[in-house]
Amino acid sequence: MLHLSPQEWIAVQLSLRIAVVATVVALPFGVAIAWLLARKKFWGKSLLDALVHLPLVLPPVVTGYLLLITLGRRAPVGAWLADHLGIVFSFRWTGAALACGVMAFPLLVRPIRLSIEAIDRRLEDAASTLGANGFWSFTTVTLPLALPGIIAGVMLGFAKALGEFGATITFVSNIPGETQTISAAIYTLTQVPDGDRAALQLVVVSIVISVAALVASEWLSRRAAARLHGE
Amino acid sequence: MLAVQVEKKLGDFSLDILFASEGGATVLFGPSGTGKTSIINMIAGLLTPDRGRIVIDDEVLFDDAKGIDVPARRRHVGYVFQEGRLFPHFSVKRNLDYGRWMSGHAADPAATAKVVELLDIGHLLERRPRKLSGGERQRVAVGRALLMKPRLLLLDEPLASLDAGRKADILPYLERLRDEAKVPIIYVSHDAAEVKRIATRVVRLDGGKVTATGGAELLSA
Repeated sequence: MLHLSPQEWIAVQLSLRIAVVATVVALPFGVAIAWLLARKKFWGKSLLDALVHLPLVLPPVVTGYLLLITLGRRAPVGAWLADHLGIVFSFRWTGAALACGVMAFPLLVRPIRLSIEAIDRRLEDAASTLGANGFWSFTTVTLPLALPGIIAGVMLGFAKALGEFGATITFVSNIPGETQTISAAIYTLTQVPDGDRAALQLVVVSIVISVAALVASEWLSRRAAARLHGE
Repeated sequence: MLAVQVEKKLGDFSLDILFASEGGATVLFGPSGTGKTSIINMIAGLLTPDRGRIVIDDEVLFDDAKGIDVPARRRHVGYVFQEGRLFPHFSVKRNLDYGRWMSGHAADPAATAKVVELLDIGHLLERRPRKLSGGERQRVAVGRALLMKPRLLLLDEPLASLDAGRKADILPYLERLRDEAKVPIIYVSHDAAEVKRIATRVVRLDGGKVTATGGAELLSA
């Protein structure tokens, strides 16, 4: 039976909180950028596309380091945010959420973008002949039809945020109760003489959550698609 | 009440169109691929002419010389597309209400009932577009365009995707539409037999130009 110590439970709860916050905050940006990439032509579009996918290709530690030198407590943007808005990322769970959000972002955007691209633009034309402006056309036609893709993106992003390790530990370190997520906790336990049993338990928890997220994603996605087409 | 003068380069050929309509059902008649759909797309505001002027009821919708180009959503021109283009995630009822919903007007049950009766779609209201036959879909598409209370109704070969039996079924509805809906109609078609019964006026098109205008006798020529 699972018997997690308080420290391990905290790691699990922290991971879930960080992953949820990261995904929820990333979502509106993800949808906006997915829509831009799917529907609009503009100067710098390839650049934006590359930037969005960068966290997918860069070594996670590199991404974490880049976050550190821009958003750390003494870094240019980080200092401004702390002094003017009271937002601190260094050694805080907010920083972990940011790192996870950044790493999850490309996985969030891709399915949403594909989903929007698959929507017949002529339906949006029809909506405009019926009086819908861009905003209404987007919310009443595009968004509902893109829902299966959005669900898939959210679930993928959430799963990635849950398991993120390299960028998080580089940006906000490995502080129990604040930034020690499941992955960091497992890593720490494997470095310690008698940590194997506890590590294994966390591994099981991690697998259960990931599988549950995948199953939920599939089910939600299919239900959304079915409802959309009136089954 | 509708005056159209437009020029547009389309791939291999150019459109140079001039015609007017005073009401009733004006048929734009010509072979496939001659830009008829592009013409009504320009009237609806979905396509921008290179040059020209489009006026409905004294309102200028497009005038390149004066830099006027009213966006589609503000033209109040109903459009029945060749493939219907019903919203798949809405029921028939919500599809019908879409135009009114976007305009923010209050519900008009009398008008809705009249259109539903005219097109005989009352028994389809709770269905989704997926579950409709081709003919039913086109009737709902007509209803949806009508219920936005347009000042002009555009139909782009609405029967093209239907077989002969279905076409024969719908034609009476379109005749009733012409006679009872009190909204001017522009009907695009390449099929003379189909439009013989509907046309009050015919504009023949060929090679990107208007070659003749007149009554239904032009369809037999």
